[in-house]
Amino acid sequence: MTEVDTLPPNTADPGTTAALSVDGLWKVFGPRADKVIGTPDAELPRPELLKKTGCVAAVKEVSFDVAPGEVFVVMGLSGSGKSTLVRCLTRLIEPTAGTVTIDGHDITNASDAQLRDLRRHHVSMVFQHFGLLPHRQVIDNVAYGLEIRGVSKAERRKKAGEIVDLVGLTGNEQSYPDQLSGGMQQRVGLARALAGDPSLLLFDEPFSALDPLIRRDMQNEVIRLQEDLQKTMVFITHDLQEALKLGDRILIMRDGAIVQVGTPADVVANPADDYVRDFVSDVPRSHVLTLRYVMREPRPDDSSEGPIMSPDTIVRQAARAALASDHVVRVVDNGELVGIVDDDAILRIVVAEESVSP
Amino acid sequence: MSSIATVRPKTHDTGALATLRARWRLVSLLAVVAMWVLVWAFTRGEQTLAIQASDRTDIHGWFLARTTAIENADNVVTSLLAALSSGMDATLLFLQHLFTVPEYPRPYPQIGWLGALAIASLAAYAVAGWRQVLVVAPSFLLFGLLGYYEDAMDLLIVTGVAVAVALLIGIPLGIWMGHSKIVAAVVTPVLDVMQTMPSFVYLLPFSILFGIGPAVAALVTLVYAMPPSVRVTAYAVRGVSTTTLEATDSLGQNRWQRLRHVELPMAKRTIIVGVNQTTMAALAMATIAAYVDGPGLGQPVLEGLRRGQLGKSFVAGLAIVIMAIMLDRTTTAASTRSDRVARGDRDTGRVRTVALVAGTVVTLAAVYLSNSYTWANQFPEGVNIGDPISTKVDDLADWLRSDLSAITTGVQETFTLYFLNPVQDLVANSPWFVAGLAILAIAWIVGGVRALGAAAVCLAGIYWLDLWNNAMITLTAVLVATVVVMILGLAVGVWMGRSQVVDRSVRPVLDAAQTMPPFVYLIPVLVLFDANRFTAMVAGIIYAAPVAIKLIADGVSGVSATTVEAAESAGSSRLQMITKVQLPMARGSILLAANQGLLYVLSMVVIGGMVGAGALGFDIVYGFRQANFAGKGLAAGITIVLIGIMLDRITTYGARRAQSPGRATVRRKRLSLSRAET
Ligand SMILES: Nc1ncnc2c1ncn2[C@@H]1O[C@H](COP(=O)(O)OP(=O)(O)O)[C@@H](O)[C@H]1O
Ligand SMILES: [Mg+2]
Repeated sequence: MTEVDTLPPNTADPGTTAALSVDGLWKVFGPRADKVIGTPDAELPRPELLKKTGCVAAVKEVSFDVAPGEVFVVMGLSGSGKSTLVRCLTRLIEPTAGTVTIDGHDITNASDAQLRDLRRHHVSMVFQHFGLLPHRQVIDNVAYGLEIRGVSKAERRKKAGEIVDLVGLTGNEQSYPDQLSGGMQQRVGLARALAGDPSLLLFDEPFSALDPLIRRDMQNEVIRLQEDLQKTMVFITHDLQEALKLGDRILIMRDGAIVQVGTPADVVANPADDYVRDFVSDVPRSHVLTLRYVMREPRPDDSSEGPIMSPDTIVRQAARAALASDHVVRVVDNGELVGIVDDDAILRIVVAEESVSP
Repeated sequence: MSSIATVRPKTHDTGALATLRARWRLVSLLAVVAMWVLVWAFTRGEQTLAIQASDRTDIHGWFLARTTAIENADNVVTSLLAALSSGMDATLLFLQHLFTVPEYPRPYPQIGWLGALAIASLAAYAVAGWRQVLVVAPSFLLFGLLGYYEDAMDLLIVTGVAVAVALLIGIPLGIWMGHSKIVAAVVTPVLDVMQTMPSFVYLLPFSILFGIGPAVAALVTLVYAMPPSVRVTAYAVRGVSTTTLEATDSLGQNRWQRLRHVELPMAKRTIIVGVNQTTMAALAMATIAAYVDGPGLGQPVLEGLRRGQLGKSFVAGLAIVIMAIMLDRTTTAASTRSDRVARGDRDTGRVRTVALVAGTVVTLAAVYLSNSYTWANQFPEGVNIGDPISTKVDDLADWLRSDLSAITTGVQETFTLYFLNPVQDLVANSPWFVAGLAILAIAWIVGGVRALGAAAVCLAGIYWLDLWNNAMITLTAVLVATVVVMILGLAVGVWMGRSQVVDRSVRPVLDAAQTMPPFVYLIPVLVLFDANRFTAMVAGIIYAAPVAIKLIADGVSGVSATTVEAAESAGSSRLQMITKVQLPMARGSILLAANQGLLYVLSMVVIGGMVGAGALGFDIVYGFRQANFAGKGLAAGITIVLIGIMLDRITTYGARRAQSPGRATVRRKRLSLSRAET
C-alpha cells in the first residue's frame, strides 16, 4: 500500500451529516468555461450560449442533499446533464464550480491521491454500457477494484466470489464478459461496484441498455440489495417508472438545471411545470399517490364510522376498502385526524386513469 | 410532411451546385491541359533546365561541401553518432558471430542451421502457435535449399535488431501520442512526411552520416520502420473503450494501473498489427540497404542485377519472398492469438507449458548439435535447388528476349512510343515556368488553395535544387504509371467491390503481394523486359496495384446496401449502378487510391534508377558510387521527397474535398431515385 493519504477531516456538523451533499454545482464544457458562470450569459438557453461563447452548460447550479441509506433518483430527458452531474460527484468530470461533500469530506478540493482513496473505498459507480474488462474473467473483473488497492490475490478472489454469489452470478466466475448476456454483464458491473464495500453507490442509467423483462429483474435486484445492504444510492434514469419504483426522492433535471425535487407521490401529484407534467402524465396515479394527496380537510359533519388509514397508504390499496364502506375514510397520522377521503376523490383518480390507459 | 417540403428544394440546390462544381472542375482541368499543350507547341525545348548526368551546379557543390563537413566534423553530435554506429555494429557482430560469421579460430559460427531452425520454431510456437511452426521451419529449410542460408540469417538479424529497437522506441512514443493531443499534433506531421518518403531516399543521408556497412543498414531500417508502430499504437490506445476507462477510473486506479491493466491489454491486438507493419517495412528497407552494403539477401539480388545474372537475383528474391511470407504470417498469427493468450485458456495452457518445456529441451539439443557437428552447422551443399532454378530463369529470360521479343519489345515500344514519350515530351520539354504554372493550376483545381500552396512550396524547392528537368522526367514516369494503376484498380476494384466471391478469392493474393519488399518486384519484370525506364514503371505498377485495388474495392463495397437497393428498385442497369451510384459514392476512396498509387509508384520508380530508369533515381545511385556526386545525389533525394509531398498533398486535399460535396450529390441522386420509384 503506497496510498497513505486519506480524505480531509470530517468538518460537517455531526448532527446533520448528509451522505452526499451537493452545493451550487456547475459544469460548463467549452473554452474559458469558468468565465461563463456568474455572468448573464449563464442564464441563456443552451443553443444561444453555444452560439455566443462556444460553451455548453451541462449542469447549472445544482444543489441537493442525500441522506444515508436513501435512494436518490435523478431523472431527465437525454442531454439534460444527468451523466455529467453524476460524474462530477467523484470528479470523473471536473466540476467548473460548486462543492461536493461525501460523508462530510470535501471532494472538490481533494488531491489526486485523496480522490483515488475516495473511489477505492467510499464510492462506486455502475455504468450504462458496463465498461467491463474484456480480457478478464468475471471473477477478476469483480476483483479489479480490490486488486488496485493492493489486496492479495487469494483474499480478493475470496471476497469477489462472495459478491458474485450475492448478485446471482454463481457458476459464471470463469466466464469472459462477451460470453454473458447484457443483464448478466450488468450484474458483473454491479458486483464490481459492490466489491469494494462502498457506502455510496452511483448508477448512470444502468439498465437502459437491457430488455424490459431483464430490466425489471435488475430493478428488483437493486431493491433487494438495498434492503440487505442499506447503501446510499444516486440512481440516474430517464425512465419514470424506474424512478418511481426505486426512488425515495426524485430530482428532475432539464437543460442542466433542477426543475423539481420531491418524493414520487409529490412529483406525480404536484408537477412543478409542464415539463414534469408531461413526464408524469402517463403514470397510473393510483399506484403512486398516497391518501395525503387526495384527502380534504375534515368537516364537522363527516361520519366517524368509516375505516381509518395512514396518510401514506397508496390510493390503489385504499380503494377497495374505501368503496366497500358506506362511510368516508378517515386519515389519521399519529393519532390525529388529518383529513378525509370520500369515494369521489378515489374515483376521480381511478377513473381518470382508465381514460388514459384503457 | 411540411418538413419534407422545406428540406427537398434545399437538398436539391446543394446537389445541383455540387454537380456544377464537379463539372466545372473537369472542364477547367481540360482547359489547363489544352492551354499547356498549346503553349508547349510554340516553346518546346526552351528553358527546360536540363543538365547532363555528369553536370553539377553550385547548389550541388554546396551540398557536397556540407556532407564533407559533416563527415570530417568532430563534435558532440558526430561522436554521438559514431557511438550509436559502433554500438549497433557490436550488437550485429555479436549476433553474426552466433549465427553466420565464424569467429577466429573457430571455422564455423557458434550456432548452425539446425540450431537456428529450432530456435525460430520454438519462438514461432511461443508467440504465434504451433501452426506457425509449419510455416517457419520449412522456410528455414528453403533458405538453405536455395543456397542462401547465411544471407537469409544476416537479413533476419538486421531486420530483427532494427524491429526490436524500433518497437522499443515506437510503442512508448505511440502510447504517449495516444494520451496527449499536443504530442500527437507534433509527431503526426513528422510521421506523415516520413511515410511519404520513398525508402530509397533514406539511404544516402544515412550513408553520409554513418558511412556504409551493417550498422547503417540497421539504423536506416529502424528509422524507416518505426512510423507504423508509433501510429498504430497511438490509434490503438486512443481506441480503448472510454466507458471501460471511465469505469476503471471510478474504482480509483492510478495512471500506471490504468496503462498496465486496461489500456495495454485492450490495445494489444491492434498494437501487434503495428508490429506486423513495422516488421514488413523493416524487411523492405533491410533488403534495399544492400545499396549501403547492408548484409543479407539484398546483396545477391543487387549483385545479380548489376551483373545481369537475373537467375541469381531471382533465387535470392525467392528467398526474400519466403521470408516476407514467414514474417507476415507469424506476426499476423501473433495478433489474432493474443486474445486467446490473454484469456489463458486453461486446458491448452497446460498442454502449452508441456510443449514449451519439451520444445526448449529439443532446441537446446539442436543448438548443441549445431555447435559441435559440421553437418548440423553448415547446410549440406549437396541438396541445392537454387542453382537449377537460377539456370532455368536465365534460360527463360533468354528465350523471352529472343524468341518472344516480338511481343515483349512490342508491348514496351508501343507503350513508350504512344503514351510515355508524348507525356514526357509535354511535361519535361516545356519551359520550366510553363510546366510549373500548369502543375500549380492543376493542384489548385484538384485540391484547392491549400494544395496550391503546398505545390508552390515544393516546386520552388525543386527549382532551387537545380534538378528541374530530371524531376519532370521522374514525375512523368510516376503519373503515367499511376494512370495504369488506376485503370487496373478501377477494373479489379469494382469487380471485387460488387462481388463477395471475387473479393474473397482475390484479396489474399493482394495481401500477399503487399507484403513483398519492393526490390523483389523488379526481378520478374527484368526477366521480361530490358533494363530501362519502362521496366521500372512496370515494376511500380505491379507494386502499387494491390493497394489501389483494395482501397477502391473497399470504397465500392462500402456504399450502403440501402442505397444500392434503392437504385436497383428504381431500375438502374448494371452500368448505371456502377457509374452513377457506386463510383461517385466511392470518390473519396478512389482519390485515396490515387494518393497511395502515386506514392508507391514513386518509390519504385526511384529504385528503378539503377536498372536504367534514369533521372532522379540515377542521380541518387550515382551519389553512392561517386563521392564527388554525393551532393547532387542528396539534392536528388530531397527533390524526390518534394515530389512525394506535393503529390500527397494535392490528392489528400482533393480526397477531402471530394468527400463533402460528393455526399450532397449522392443525396440528390437518392432523392431522385425515390421519386422515380413513386
Ligand atoms: N465532453 C463534453 N464536451 C462538450 N459537451 C458535452 C460533453 N459531455 C456532455 N456534453 C453536453 O452536455 C449536455 C449534457 O450531457 P449528458 O450529461 O451526457 O446528458 P444526459 O446524461 O442527461 O443524457 C449535452 O448537451 C452534451 O452534449
Ligand atoms: Mg447519460
